[in-house]
Amino acid sequence: MKSALALIIGIYFGIVLVKSEVASWFRIQSMFRFEEAHMYLVIGAAVAVGALSILLIKLLGQQTVAGDPIEFKDKPYQKGMIIGGAIFGFGWAITGACPGPIYAQIGSGEYLASFTFAGAFLGVYLYALLKPKLPH
Amino acid sequence: MNMNLLTEPWPWYIGGPLVGLTVPLLLLFVGKPFGISSSFRHLCSICMPNTNVSYIKEDNWLKESWNLFFIAGILIGSYIGMHFLSSEPIPLLPAHYHSWQGLAALFGGGILVGFGTRYADGCTSGHSIMGLSSLKWPSLVATISFFAGGLILIGITSLLSWGGAS
Repeated sequence: MKSALALIIGIYFGIVLVKSEVASWFRIQSMFRFEEAHMYLVIGAAVAVGALSILLIKLLGQQTVAGDPIEFKDKPYQKGMIIGGAIFGFGWAITGACPGPIYAQIGSGEYLASFTFAGAFLGVYLYALLKPKLPH
Repeated sequence: MNMNLLTEPWPWYIGGPLVGLTVPLLLLFVGKPFGISSSFRHLCSICMPNTNVSYIKEDNWLKESWNLFFIAGILIGSYIGMHFLSSEPIPLLPAHYHSWQGLAALFGGGILVGFGTRYADGCTSGHSIMGLSSLKWPSLVATISFFAGGLILIGITSLLSWGGAS
């Protein structure tokens, strides 16, 4: 049941990524070049809606529709958030895709993005190999 | 509903809130925090069941299998968005990427995306949307780093192509 719901929400999110052009290389370029406000406004509005809904969920002590507790993950600070974050930023600017849009680009028929995906797969493996040696 | 409004690209004040709505949808229906880059780790783990690399070996992807259904949904949804909900399909990647250099750039950039998001313990969805929505300061640090990295890269490439054709 949870899997089916996750699939449906994924379909919803995929449509939104394409229709709001968050998955567009051109939009990401314009964002980093400060040529248009679109992406900043999208992210800002998304955070506003997200923050408001999390506040409400916590205030009301909401559970999932199935009556299970809702899981919030804490991501404790570590140096990778700065170093890894900047490395991801380089890749985001080059490929025009953060992880969600990689899938959205492939799904919408921009098959070149499968090279981005293959790279990301290799990148995760490289991180897994190097993790013990990296500062965290 | 006005069909033109649906098939035109959506403005930020529609797209942004709908992106944000993914957060409560996942929390209320699946019980999980919004995040996508961990799916790469799960896929690595599925493809390498016999690995000795602990980061991949220790990944309990079965417990997080909702994440894989979620990305399967993104693949389907983006197809629907592009082919049924758009008056004409738009390119998401530039024409000059249809070249060997372009493919190398996508592959190399992809390595940075995979490596960087896992090192940072999250991406735009996990940190910039979910983390900032939960008012977590480490996610703010990560988000600032994402943008700093992108700006630095664009700055470098602009300098290199200064006076050039592009």
